[in-house]
Amino acid sequence: MQNFSITSPSNLPAAAAAGQNSDTAFIAGGTDMMQLLKNNVITPSKLIDLEKLSLSEIKSENGVLRLGAMATMADVAAHPVVRQNWPAISRALLLSASPQVRNMGTMGGNLLQRTRCLYFRDTGFACNKRAPGSGCPAIPGDSRDLAILGTSPHCIATHPSDLPVALMALDAELELLTPEGTTRRMSLSKFYRLPGTTPHIESNLEAGQIITAVILADQAIGRLSTYLKVRDRTSFAFALVSAAVALDIEDGLIKNARVALGGVGTMPWRVHQVELALCGQKPSDRVFELATLRIGEGAQTTEMNAFKVKLAQRTVVRALQAISA
Amino acid sequence: MGGAKYAAEFELPDMAHAVLVQSTIAAGKILGFDLIAAKAMPGVLVIITPDNAEKLHNLKPAQQKVTYPLLQNADIKFNGQHVAVVVADTFERATAAAAAVRVHYRATKAVTTMDQAFSESVTPKNFSNGRAKPDSQIGETSPILPSGTLRVEQIYTTPIEHHNPMEPHATIAHWSGEQLTVWTATQGISGAQKALSSLFGLKPQNVTVICPYVGGGFGSKGNTWPPAVLAAMATRQVNRPVKLVVTREQMFTSNGYRPRTVQRIKLAANPDGRLLSVRHDVKTQTSMPEVGEFAEPSALITRMLYSAPSIGTSHRLVQVNHGLPTYMRGPGESSGAFAIESAMDEMAAALKIDPIDFRLRNYAERDPTADLPFASKALRECYAQGAAAFGWEKRNPAPRSMRDGHMLVGMGMATSSYPTNRMPASASVHLTADGSALVRSGTQDIGTGTYTTLAQVAADELGLPLGKVRTQLGDSRLPPAPVSGGSMTSASVVPAVQAAAQGVKAQLFALAISHGGFQWQSVSPDVLTLIDSAVDGPAGRIGIGQLFTLAKIKQLNATAGAQPAPDANDYSKHAFGAQFVEVRVDPDLGIVRVSRWVGAFDCGRVLNAKTARSQLIGGIIYGMGMALFEETRIDRNTGRITNANISDYLVAVNADVPEIETIIVDSIDPISNPLGTKGIGELPMVGAAPAIANAVYHATGTRIRDLPIRIEQLLA
Ligand SMILES: Cc1cc2nc3c(=O)[nH]c(=O)nc-3n(C[C@H](O)[C@H](O)[C@H](O)COP(=O)(O)OP(=O)(O)OC[C@H]3O[C@@H](n4cnc5c(N)ncnc54)[C@H](O)[C@@H]3O)c2cc1C
Repeated sequence: MQNFSITSPSNLPAAAAAGQNSDTAFIAGGTDMMQLLKNNVITPSKLIDLEKLSLSEIKSENGVLRLGAMATMADVAAHPVVRQNWPAISRALLLSASPQVRNMGTMGGNLLQRTRCLYFRDTGFACNKRAPGSGCPAIPGDSRDLAILGTSPHCIATHPSDLPVALMALDAELELLTPEGTTRRMSLSKFYRLPGTTPHIESNLEAGQIITAVILADQAIGRLSTYLKVRDRTSFAFALVSAAVALDIEDGLIKNARVALGGVGTMPWRVHQVELALCGQKPSDRVFELATLRIGEGAQTTEMNAFKVKLAQRTVVRALQAISA
Repeated sequence: MGGAKYAAEFELPDMAHAVLVQSTIAAGKILGFDLIAAKAMPGVLVIITPDNAEKLHNLKPAQQKVTYPLLQNADIKFNGQHVAVVVADTFERATAAAAAVRVHYRATKAVTTMDQAFSESVTPKNFSNGRAKPDSQIGETSPILPSGTLRVEQIYTTPIEHHNPMEPHATIAHWSGEQLTVWTATQGISGAQKALSSLFGLKPQNVTVICPYVGGGFGSKGNTWPPAVLAAMATRQVNRPVKLVVTREQMFTSNGYRPRTVQRIKLAANPDGRLLSVRHDVKTQTSMPEVGEFAEPSALITRMLYSAPSIGTSHRLVQVNHGLPTYMRGPGESSGAFAIESAMDEMAAALKIDPIDFRLRNYAERDPTADLPFASKALRECYAQGAAAFGWEKRNPAPRSMRDGHMLVGMGMATSSYPTNRMPASASVHLTADGSALVRSGTQDIGTGTYTTLAQVAADELGLPLGKVRTQLGDSRLPPAPVSGGSMTSASVVPAVQAAAQGVKAQLFALAISHGGFQWQSVSPDVLTLIDSAVDGPAGRIGIGQLFTLAKIKQLNATAGAQPAPDANDYSKHAFGAQFVEVRVDPDLGIVRVSRWVGAFDCGRVLNAKTARSQLIGGIIYGMGMALFEETRIDRNTGRITNANISDYLVAVNADVPEIETIIVDSIDPISNPLGTKGIGELPMVGAAPAIANAVYHATGTRIRDLPIRIEQLLA
């Protein structure tokens, strides 16, 4: 870890203005940031603590749910409205990390958690994401945990977080504050970027922009939703494959379906082709199996992670069975 | 904060902090360092590299010779090798400066995996410290087998595993004049004293090693690893006490590991289920010879586990650019049992004989390879009691035949065995007038409860309440005792404590007879007892305090040694056990979870039921980790470990562990040591992994021969 200073501004404009400088980073719960600092993965000289900005409110009004960016993973997971109307979100959070981490980790921090790619986190390796242009030893190396969708020859790092997989399926929007003091909305589906030739740029958040809230407006699709996570041990592990699914069933037919995958993409991954194949069908094991056949379309696999295609298919089928039973 | 103080928690005035710098290539030479930036950083006192490191003396023969990397030359033999030590006034400053050290290398081609040099294996030079030969054979090497013989021939592999004790390796070193004092996390203070004194050219008495508590070792703290030596070296350079704590990441290349094994098993049996021949050929990873040698003795267990007319084993090493492997809980037996006990299950399935029945048909009444009787063996009782408690009779023998809803249910079992070891040890006991005793021995408590059991034994012997007995351990100035490894601490040290307590007791009896008054003078010491802090006999009772007053003494002391009995070598000495496990396997997702466990053990006499159970369940959980989670992963292009942290090196968490039932079968070993104990630390780990693999086969019909068992292996 290198020396750094830390300030805790008490109003948003000051925080956003301070965050504009290069060499500066925001810190929320610190659960990821501290690890990155300790391992010298990033070396900002100044941290801006978002704690005093009063961004931790969870509010439900007229069917719209607003999760403050600083709301903790634990609080959101336990919130009665979240559990009832958006169970996939609560599940995704409860299956994340450990109670200690969930008590500290926040919405904003979880959306921006950096990849767990073992090569990215160890400065003893080259890594295009950490040191642009240095190469990607992960592709010919230990790639078991890494992505099969949205990859590029420069990076196959998986997006590690569970929450945004559920949020992606449920069409969440982000509320952002720019350093100029204006508030904007951005659909989560437009937030993340594919690695391409610039794997170090992971989102469309610009310097100094602060995530202030996550917004969920479409209740119809949230209620019948769940999140299923497959991992090597029962708890405290990242997903090998996970699935957030949601169904809107009317008169016994699927009117609307949402399927997103975690653990397989360089960003949380919506699989529209599966959703389309489900729509208009009567839920059944056969329908789920057929609909998920093309789940791995476009996948670039290595010998070590090729199993994720089949696992993703089975995970989605199981999740769909769970909510339609 | 708890009362136990670990090595890194001692505070010395003016202490400096050392941080290791490690290589990022696996083979080659250091061409030079760029230290300008690091040296200019605040608080930096010195940076030790091979250019300015103290030249060390040769290491006198030790349990395992560890002399690399001690910054004595510019060679690089593995990725993550120590190349420099940065010393600064605070830990944070030393850490920051260590990150600023730049090393220039000339890299040469490295052997990063066993596979790359698999055919170039070598015979171990110092196999099992000379206590056994790498190869063994009884009966014909390739017996002619009748037609109708069933055969199993398979290769089983176990990966590199790291001990990962909670407490990292840590040393505080301090020179004062010619005297070196180190507080260090070690399973062997005597070994550390020997190693440090010989490397620094000192007399052993000029080195004091202190280690009151160890936060887990599992074998990783059995040797005196380079960080302890480098801390002592650093202290001489800066002339102040130095603390060096190895980081979790550095733990993966600083203090050994269980090497990868590739084991070929060949079994032949007749249709009645009698083994005709057994072969177990082991190849295991070791480091480059300059770094040292370690051979995981995986086939030792096959030499004694079952009876067969032909039993052959061999061990070969494949030299790889990795650090030095070492002992890890159940070294040899844990990895070897996975191979032989999986193969036994495969043969039982091929024979269509129940796995327990098959093992009973080949029960070894004597150790077949050593050709000696067992000192004691109650393995039949382990099978019987374990099976009854587990409900083995409910098992439908057909694979994939049992279900619970959607889940496949599997039941598996395996045999466990581990040698009963013992080494010479000594201890002293001091009794004072207030009836309190102090037990002292230069052993160490590695988390197994040695403080408690030694106090219990002395309290029993002296008729004192347990609260009146204190134990002092972990200081090389105390009477010497062996390394805490090989499950032998109780077997070695308890007899010494018992003998010392008996020495004190004899002195008390003599005092009672000489000072107790007229009625006592004709009493024989044989009829006296010590109960409730008093000598009790036909002439009445005299309290310890009263006796001390009468004899005008303040203290009674006795020191005693104890060693293995001379006839101990006439027997094959082992503990045994039977592991029973139920798993649930998700047939679509390949997820395996352990749902029930029963382990029945023949581990001799139990000194303390709580500490014994704690060892048993701990070992079983360690075995679950071996079966399902643990694997040190290597980047094959650079030879660098990719998961050198405990977020990515997975061990079992509470949610993975079901209720564990442990049964200790009645058996006291009359031969191995006077207490009848057999050692309990490693036994419960042995057989745990194959029991799980066998249960997974029973659940799914898929045989997994490569650990750990992973989802992708079961995604049919
Ligand atoms: C051992 C371990 C296991 C874990 N397992 C899981 C798991 O299974 N699933 C999972 O999803 N996560 C897991 N996590 C990750 C954990 O969920 C994240 O670390 C946490 O969500 C990050 O939140 P934070 O508030 O602590 O973020 P911080 O560490 O404070 O920040 C993370 C990043 O977000 C940025 N940031 C934070 N808030 C804002 C904001 N409002 N606006 C703009 N930028 C912001 C920071 O600048 C930083 O770049 C695990 C973590 C650990 C340590």
